[in-house]
Amino acid sequence: MPRGGEHDDAAPLSIHDLTVAWHRKPVLWDVDLDIPQGKLACIVGPNGAGKSTLLKACLDLVPAVSGEVRVFGQPYRKQHARVGYVPQRESVDWSFPVSALDVVAMGTYRRLGWCKPVGRSQREQAMEALERVGLEAFAHRQISQLSGGQQQRVFLARALVQDADLYLMDEPFASVDAATEQAIVDVLRALRDQGRTVVVVHHDLQTVTEYFDWTVLLNMRVVAAGPVGDAFTAEHLRATYGGRLTLLEQAASALGQLASGTTRSSNG
Amino acid sequence: MGERGLLDVLLLQDYNTALVVLGTTTLGVAAGVCGTLLLLRKRSLLGDVVSHATLPGVVAAFLVMQACGGTGKSLPGLLLGATVTGLLAAWLVPVLRRASGLKDDAIMGVVLGSSFGLGIALLGIALNLPSGNQAGLEGFIFGKTASMVRVDALIIGLGAAVVIAMTLALAKDFRLLCFDEQFAASIGRPVALLDAVLMMLAVAVIVIGLQAVGLILMIALLIIPAAAARFWTDGFIATMCWAGGIGAVSGWMGSTISAMHADLPAGAVIVLVTGCCFALSMACGRRHGLTQRWWRGMALRRRVERQHLLRAMLECGSPGTHVALNQLHANRRWRASALQRELRRAVRSGELDVHPEGWVLTPLGEVGARRVVRNHRLWELFLIHHADIAPSHVDRDADLIEHVLDAELVAELEALLDPGEALPSSPHPLERRAP
Repeated sequence: MPRGGEHDDAAPLSIHDLTVAWHRKPVLWDVDLDIPQGKLACIVGPNGAGKSTLLKACLDLVPAVSGEVRVFGQPYRKQHARVGYVPQRESVDWSFPVSALDVVAMGTYRRLGWCKPVGRSQREQAMEALERVGLEAFAHRQISQLSGGQQQRVFLARALVQDADLYLMDEPFASVDAATEQAIVDVLRALRDQGRTVVVVHHDLQTVTEYFDWTVLLNMRVVAAGPVGDAFTAEHLRATYGGRLTLLEQAASALGQLASGTTRSSNG
Repeated sequence: MGERGLLDVLLLQDYNTALVVLGTTTLGVAAGVCGTLLLLRKRSLLGDVVSHATLPGVVAAFLVMQACGGTGKSLPGLLLGATVTGLLAAWLVPVLRRASGLKDDAIMGVVLGSSFGLGIALLGIALNLPSGNQAGLEGFIFGKTASMVRVDALIIGLGAAVVIAMTLALAKDFRLLCFDEQFAASIGRPVALLDAVLMMLAVAVIVIGLQAVGLILMIALLIIPAAAARFWTDGFIATMCWAGGIGAVSGWMGSTISAMHADLPAGAVIVLVTGCCFALSMACGRRHGLTQRWWRGMALRRRVERQHLLRAMLECGSPGTHVALNQLHANRRWRASALQRELRRAVRSGELDVHPEGWVLTPLGEVGARRVVRNHRLWELFLIHHADIAPSHVDRDADLIEHVLDAELVAELEALLDPGEALPSSPHPLERRAP
């Protein structure tokens, strides 16, 4: 784990001794880590481990008690253009009177600036992003008429329109159908292959080794961070999740996959 | 204002009536547009807090102006006082919430109650002053259009124009703020500033509406048009336009009716008209109105019943043979009246022929029946073999499965159909329904 001055200045996301508290109770304690460029990284940990809070602290959405976050070597407020964000699906009211296209076009607002209306070029960008997530046929539907998986893909498309170098996504795989999960994974891999960095809050230990190449095990503090092969071990999982039996069973099967995954990658 | 002829009022013949009608109509537009934002930001009751909190401002301004030697009756001065305390209340609610940790509704009750109480207490003091200039201060509570003069109409017009212009200029940013505050903050939009601007717009609308509608009923003019608009449209700007339109109609009709009947106060009539607009929208709204919903449900039920009937006809006898009523009843559980009605409708649409010994499928009906059976079978296979992607794709109501799934998948499913079954698996593969 990096400490003090050992951080890489060019890292897309580098978090220095970050502590975040709600009402005097610390949620994150001395979190210190770097996410390297071009990685598809996940943050895993039990409920209440502070995964979402960590993302929000990176985006200045919740105040830090101490420590700091650097995005490509600078504070976040100077790097809005390089970061895309996918909030949790439940964080908004889906009965809101907007169409899928309207929501995706929100990804262009930062570039568009104040007081200018959404024009043809913004709508075209939004349409392109909807095509990338396979929802072009639903562009003009009011968002409550979309299924949960489709709503999640709308959020992903909005982030794609942001055309960022670093993506922070809060539970994009939460309660989506298998087709959506596959579609999202494909998009995330495409982003990584373009050299962009993607950080995903993830809850399904089974798929960690299959989807991601970098992982952060978090439970109020960083238990382990690094390439999936190094950090995602039985010992670290136990330290993250405690002795919860079902979770350890899940972890065991995940590690089984990991064993086969490492052989595959060492061959490749 | 005495009783007037309808024509005089509608044609705005009388100068003072014209002022009132124009003023309340513009006020209605501004209230509808701004109320939509409040409603979508889930801050609608904050509007009520603000409007009640204007009373101590009005009375305090009167007292201060009198103490300074004036008559205390300058309208801009009174409205300035209302603005100050209105803004103060709007600022106080979130501050107190953060400091106390209590829920929004509790804090709003505290601020609304204590500010209105303060207003009433100050009003009592003002009304007992010896000067005699205080008459009309109570007019702010329930509104008093009769006393409106040119400067009032000007203030309303100017204020409404500013509010509408600001809302339209910032429409896209307000849309983002109301829909997804966190995303707005993540792209660097100053959420707190935008919220402050929104509250200022709301205070502006409330303050210019005090004279016409009064502070107690002002919340209705803000919220009801916006709520009614949602029955008509699913767009953000469109909702604002509908709400503005409903507000305008309410303001215009309300003040017109009130001008014709001197004993009906304008504020109350305006709000009553708004309420009628809401009831009408809820009943007939093109998008989510009750009639619309009932109609859609009815159409779906009819379609499903027709599909069941055609399928039963095919299953009860080979094409060309007559099917009797008791055979149909044996085939599936029908309500007798529903079955009779559906049979009559199918005969009328040419899908069945009626004979003394029963019903028979016409060629048109047979094509339809085979399509229904095939679609049904294929959807079942799809659910069995593709359970992982199925739920988001199944559309039983689609005319043809090909309209939903791609040709490759349909071919794969067709291969799974049992060729030995009595019913041909795919009689007319891609045929559209006959007109």
